[in-house]
Amino acid sequence: MQTPGYLQRYSDSDRMNHWALVLLFFATALSGLAMFHPSLFFLSTLFGGGPWTRILHPFGGVLVFLSFGGMYLRLARDNLWGADDSAWLARSGDLFAGRTHDMPPAGRYNAGQKVIFWWMSATLLVLLLTGLVFWRPYFAGFFPIGLVRLATLVHSLTAVGLILGIIVHIYAAIWVKGTTRAMTRGVVSETWARRHHPRWVEQMTQKR
Amino acid sequence: MSTLQSLDIAKRSATTTRSPSIRREPEVAKLIDVTSCIGCKACQVACMQWNDLRDAVGENEGTYDNPLDLTPASWTVMRFSEVEVQAGRLEWLIRKDGCMHCEDPGCLKACPAPGAIVKYANGIVDFISENCIGCGSCVTGCPFDVPRISKKDHKAYKCSLCADRVSVGLEPACVKTCPTGAIRFGTKEDMKEFAADRIVDLKERGYQQAGLYDPPGVGGTHVMYVLQHADQPHLYHGLPANPKISPLVSLWKGVLKPLSLLAMIGAVAGGFFHYMKVGPDESGEEKAE
Repeated sequence: MQTPGYLQRYSDSDRMNHWALVLLFFATALSGLAMFHPSLFFLSTLFGGGPWTRILHPFGGVLVFLSFGGMYLRLARDNLWGADDSAWLARSGDLFAGRTHDMPPAGRYNAGQKVIFWWMSATLLVLLLTGLVFWRPYFAGFFPIGLVRLATLVHSLTAVGLILGIIVHIYAAIWVKGTTRAMTRGVVSETWARRHHPRWVEQMTQKR
Repeated sequence: MSTLQSLDIAKRSATTTRSPSIRREPEVAKLIDVTSCIGCKACQVACMQWNDLRDAVGENEGTYDNPLDLTPASWTVMRFSEVEVQAGRLEWLIRKDGCMHCEDPGCLKACPAPGAIVKYANGIVDFISENCIGCGSCVTGCPFDVPRISKKDHKAYKCSLCADRVSVGLEPACVKTCPTGAIRFGTKEDMKEFAADRIVDLKERGYQQAGLYDPPGVGGTHVMYVLQHADQPHLYHGLPANPKISPLVSLWKGVLKPLSLLAMIGAVAGGFFHYMKVGPDESGEEKAE
């Protein structure tokens, strides 16, 4: 522990992986939204116009997938569902109402974070697979038109689902003060950690 | 290409408000009488010539179909089908394939690029290629498998019903050149009347199932066929009996769009008001920071 009162939550490489994912996600989500709703087509200007938006979006998507793959390998183990998680989730109504005390103690991640993690994992996999089916000019020609239609619909629906998950993810970081430090500097205060992730603090201090 | 002025555009892709629609125009239609077609392909040649397109010379596949399929540079092809509707009585059905110019065009509905596909007030559906982004959504949306994406420039192409000729009072090039009068052009009303007469004629000659192909599933089309076996359109190289925009496409380009926008805006607004109501979740050390 470098600084007293702080715990290391993420390594530098964890954080760089996360922020690369953030940039790639925004580029891919905005280019996708440009092609999803006419009122958002103006976003294509950010990517150099309509054709460039269409060309870049799928490559961005593949990079998002690979980059999330890095996060997955780093974090999946700590996101495995435990018995306490169901209890935490059952109490999440209190949490949102601001009654944040007396939540069942969480480990490195609480049940809400785990739900978001697995939601992101699942939606990104679906987005990759469905996206390949109508990726022109490379792959769309290999699939029957019925499958292309289904894939397009599922891709759009899943993308909206992912974006909603990301909105929750970002909001949680804004709402719970002291959280963003974990990703900007790699450390969190011990007070924060004891309040939000007491089991994780136990693990960390045992290691010491 | 866009050859008519903005007052003549009735529908525009990826546009959520109405196009200028003060002017009313008679709807036009091309009527293809399959029963008088001799398969000479003069229409294919005229199409190439007027639109100044030269497709690559292909391979003979052992049939009269040449080219074998629609391509970015071949906007119309003759489809030859040998069928025996009555056993022992061979019929050679020749259908001029190409864009049907649907009243409710699936391509236009699916297209995400504003103004890349327009439907003129006279009913012609046209691709404005300079606005095309090459995504292929028109292919996904089309119930007739008509648009083709060029491998050269990644733009979508199809028959324009010679919108440029029609706008200056000429008939489409294929109509102009047809030596048997199997292809006609005029107002949709006139073409329906003409077809009705022809169908009476065909019925007198023993084609009891003769009829007009103007499928209601896509709101009718601005390219119609007179078929001697209108009860079995699939005989004509798989012409769909009841084409309509796939429900998957309708869902994707219908309710999903506004609902998704609402959900995303709702999530952000929900977060904002949650923060304002409940306040930040502080651990208690913030003052020390």
